[in-house]
Amino acid sequence: MSGPAEAAPGRVTLSRDDVVHVARLARLELRDDEVELFTAQLRTVLDHAADVAALDLTHLEPSSHPIALENVLRPDEPRPSLDRDEVLAQAPAVEEHQFRVPRIGGEAP
Amino acid sequence: MTGALALAAEVRSGARSARQVVEEALATVARGNEELNAFLTVLSDEARAQADAVDAVVAAGRDPGPLAGVPVALKDNLCTRGAPTTCGSKILEGWRPPYDATVVQSLRAAGAIALGKTNMDEFAMGSSTENSAFGPTRNPRHTGKVPGGSSGGSAAAVAAGFAPLGLGSDTGGSIRQPAALCGVVGMKPTYGRVSRYGLVAFASSLDQIGPFAANVEDAALLYDVLAGHDPLDSTSLPSVPEPTMASLHDGVEGVRIGLCRDLIDGCASDVAARVHEAAEALAGAGAKVEEISVPEFAYGLSAYYLIAPAEASSNLARYDGVRYGLRVDGDDAEAMNTATRTAGFGAEVKRRVMLGTYALSAGYYDAYYAQAQRVRTLVMRAFDRAYESVDVLLGATAPTTAFDLGAKVDDPMAMYMNDVCTIPSNLSGHPAVSVPFGAGNDGLPVGVQVLAPALGEAIMFRVAQVVESGAPHGTGS
Repeated sequence: MSGPAEAAPGRVTLSRDDVVHVARLARLELRDDEVELFTAQLRTVLDHAADVAALDLTHLEPSSHPIALENVLRPDEPRPSLDRDEVLAQAPAVEEHQFRVPRIGGEAP
Repeated sequence: MTGALALAAEVRSGARSARQVVEEALATVARGNEELNAFLTVLSDEARAQADAVDAVVAAGRDPGPLAGVPVALKDNLCTRGAPTTCGSKILEGWRPPYDATVVQSLRAAGAIALGKTNMDEFAMGSSTENSAFGPTRNPRHTGKVPGGSSGGSAAAVAAGFAPLGLGSDTGGSIRQPAALCGVVGMKPTYGRVSRYGLVAFASSLDQIGPFAANVEDAALLYDVLAGHDPLDSTSLPSVPEPTMASLHDGVEGVRIGLCRDLIDGCASDVAARVHEAAEALAGAGAKVEEISVPEFAYGLSAYYLIAPAEASSNLARYDGVRYGLRVDGDDAEAMNTATRTAGFGAEVKRRVMLGTYALSAGYYDAYYAQAQRVRTLVMRAFDRAYESVDVLLGATAPTTAFDLGAKVDDPMAMYMNDVCTIPSNLSGHPAVSVPFGAGNDGLPVGVQVLAPALGEAIMFRVAQVVESGAPHGTGS
């Protein structure tokens, strides 16, 4: 993947390898023709975003939300929760009232 | 079709039964839905049972609520206990949520009837409803055109007369833009004003649930039912909402309207002409109309298409084939995750998840994501400055009327441009509404947008009501 030095404002550096890397991070598998297509399409979007990347906004604080968020606490009182069997009925695989998954990478089978 | 307010009055008085209303609505859907594909699921049995419950309340002499017997079309990203909720995605096909969204409970408490679940762009990512895994929805005004999106199914359901009311979600214009393209009213409330508990998340700092209706009064009626604090949503505002119906017909004498050229100039000339005519109608009703410019809006689109994908890439990490929805087997957990997401997500979702992952990755975070958040601050301050001199802003909702099915599916950036006039209100968390106002040169509906500051829903609806009254006859709804 390209380094931070190439991410200067206004410079779009998205490469084919970047797309392959990002797809892997996002747990997506792409065919070769999809890598080509997505690289071209994502470049177009990032080209458009160059107007924003080029602005000098160092005097402004970033906003993550439209309103100021505060931690919200509720009284610590018992109340009904979701029905366990109803929740587990929606899972692809269940064993002994738990979600069943394939082995986690690296463990012995 | 009878409007929601009149329909509820008839049911409350016993002049019509809710069951009769629901049977008529189901018959209309049965006749027209195959062509339009507005509903993915029709809740026939549940709707009949709910209607009978409303009729029993009426028979017992109790109050069945302000929306008694009114059918409502629900976007398929709103959780309905025991009933399919797909988000337009193969990855959630067959999933039946174990709980109801708060808005679904609010509707039931008000006597409304959940008629069915409507089609949408997959996970609300799109502006044409063509990104649904279950096929596109067609525009009831012209079936060769898109209905807009992502809440195209709900907009089409109301435009086609399947239901007097609908619910959608609006992250970058996904209620207002399809409302404009289908010739109905669509409104995004202030961020935090309507609970999002049970709304499947897309971009959490932008998502908001809101109403569709055939007219402004019905949209205000539905908004008043939805608005309020919900302890199950940590972003829900604790203040008591101001009812909008009480002042809806107070007019616009002395109200200061900012005709916003940045929400007009980039639009097609026929759309721009309708916005100027709407401004003249407001001036004729006593409003003080002045031209205003908010040049910072120009940066909204780019900021949005970094922030929303970034949040989506995080929110959609939950679709891992473990707890619900699709699983495609693999040798180990990571292979299973990858196979599941590769098979379950469509192209637009993959594009945005990758774009967001990229914008959040080391080395690019500051240049893209943090910079987009600073633009968000810039847009919010620009709004504040505009509202020092005017009470509301007026502009177009979408740059054009409805476009041909298939016209923009291969060009993501062209599709994203549909949202250019609606995005600023999502970045700022402000309310905005699209009102049908005449037609374009092609005879298709044009939507005029009224934008208001945070918690300005009452003045926004008052202005919208006057816009609607001034609209040319024989078009729109």
